Amino acid sequence: MGWLDRERTIAPPGFNRWLVPPAALAVHLCIGQAYATSVYKTALVKHFGASLTEVGVIFSIAIVMLGLSAAIMGTWVDRNGPRKAMFTSAAFWASGFLIGSLGIFSHQLWLVYLGYGVVGGIGLGVGYISPVSTLIKWFPDRPGLATGMAIMGFGGGALIASPVSTALLKMYDPNSGAKGWVASGESVGKLFLTLAVVYLAYMMFGAFTIKVPAEGWKPAGFDPAKVKAASLVTTENVSARNAVKTRQFWLVWIALFCNVTAGIGILEQAAPMIQDFFRQTDGTSLASAAVAAGFVGLLSIGNMSGRFAWSAISDVTGRKRIYMVFLGVGALLYTVLALAGSTTTVLYVALAFVIISFYGGGFATAPAYLRDLFGTFQVGAIHGRLLTAWSAAGVAGPLIVNAFLDAQGKPGALNAASYQPALLTMVGLLVIGFVANLLVTPVEARFHEPRAGRVRSEEPALEA
Amino acid sequence: MTTEQSSVTPSTGKLVIAWALVGVPLGYGVYETLTRVAALFG
Repeated sequence: MGWLDRERTIAPPGFNRWLVPPAALAVHLCIGQAYATSVYKTALVKHFGASLTEVGVIFSIAIVMLGLSAAIMGTWVDRNGPRKAMFTSAAFWASGFLIGSLGIFSHQLWLVYLGYGVVGGIGLGVGYISPVSTLIKWFPDRPGLATGMAIMGFGGGALIASPVSTALLKMYDPNSGAKGWVASGESVGKLFLTLAVVYLAYMMFGAFTIKVPAEGWKPAGFDPAKVKAASLVTTENVSARNAVKTRQFWLVWIALFCNVTAGIGILEQAAPMIQDFFRQTDGTSLASAAVAAGFVGLLSIGNMSGRFAWSAISDVTGRKRIYMVFLGVGALLYTVLALAGSTTTVLYVALAFVIISFYGGGFATAPAYLRDLFGTFQVGAIHGRLLTAWSAAGVAGPLIVNAFLDAQGKPGALNAASYQPALLTMVGLLVIGFVANLLVTPVEARFHEPRAGRVRSEEPALEA
Repeated sequence: MTTEQSSVTPSTGKLVIAWALVGVPLGYGVYETLTRVAALFG
């Protein structure tokens, strides 16, 4: 399939680089569906006669596979280019839904684990990193803005998938008008089939629109010397294999891990959390179910807009400074949330919104941070390896919050004070991340790739 | 060798279609979400 090769995707002279972000967005908007699984979670629980945890495992497998496949396939993605990567991602993502639907129709939960979790998860990982390196090369003058636009799509995908899925489930289920309706398994199976077809088509649009810049291309008026003016931005290149041997990679890994763990803590509990924070002494909450749903929606918008806004702003402030804001200001906001969040809903909602925007911003700014430290050579592969921090945080965040909440009491009987130990633990994590980010310095020359006429002085070894 | 993008190319139609394909669904998703968010302030 030579038509997918990198060589066949080199942009002709005059190609408009602003065609690249929508191609990237097309992929990220599709794989962002992963955040909309709650729409059919209850239906699957009923259909399989399984527990919430057993059904929740589907999503957990997908996120773990996202990190693993991004880490393992990153070098392959960099070598083969974005078109082949997006095509592969689309094939896995659509196949995941098809296998998942087969599992639903045949009442085999393990097939859903294999389909949506494992196969779809590989599609998630490959798709997530597929446009990143290309965007950074097209936008060397604004890498944060470029990656922010794409990664914003991952946050925005759920905003589309959630209402569309709900509408499709109602259309496919003849009993949708019944009181207390829960979608049938058959309707979820049909939903999966529909999503497979629609996402395949959309991702193919991305795959066949994206192009890589010709060797040596740069935007009109762009002066690489100005980029170098920032102390942490290198004009050298570090391979993915060497990047993981540097202290800087692991410091950024820790910073991202801490930021994501803290954010997931809120995201996972968003709906019950706002109700618990405003629970009265008689056990009722000032926040109704509709208000809680609105709060979840607001957080989704904060997550999405934070990805774009903070990443774009990082082009001006620098990546290290913006991470200091995410982690330092984030720790302060978490402290206020823990100690005074229950005073007014306005304060609570505002704090949560900004905190979640930092969570999204951390994801979107990470590729540009890696570009600054390690150059563009294998930034996609390095980004893939960094995403293992996401997988680890996806396990750690809910574990920390749920463990503390389990110790505080039963769901429905919790209040604002019940959340203090979990939230203050997140503050501690954010402080650790802040310190890790503070310690990031330029990568040592011994890790740089040799240039023509210059050899590396010694083989890099794992840093102490 | 360095090549520069010298001028805006006549690809406006392609640009509009490409951005509409991703922008319209995203706009719909944001609109639907904002209608839910309204309950928060209602």
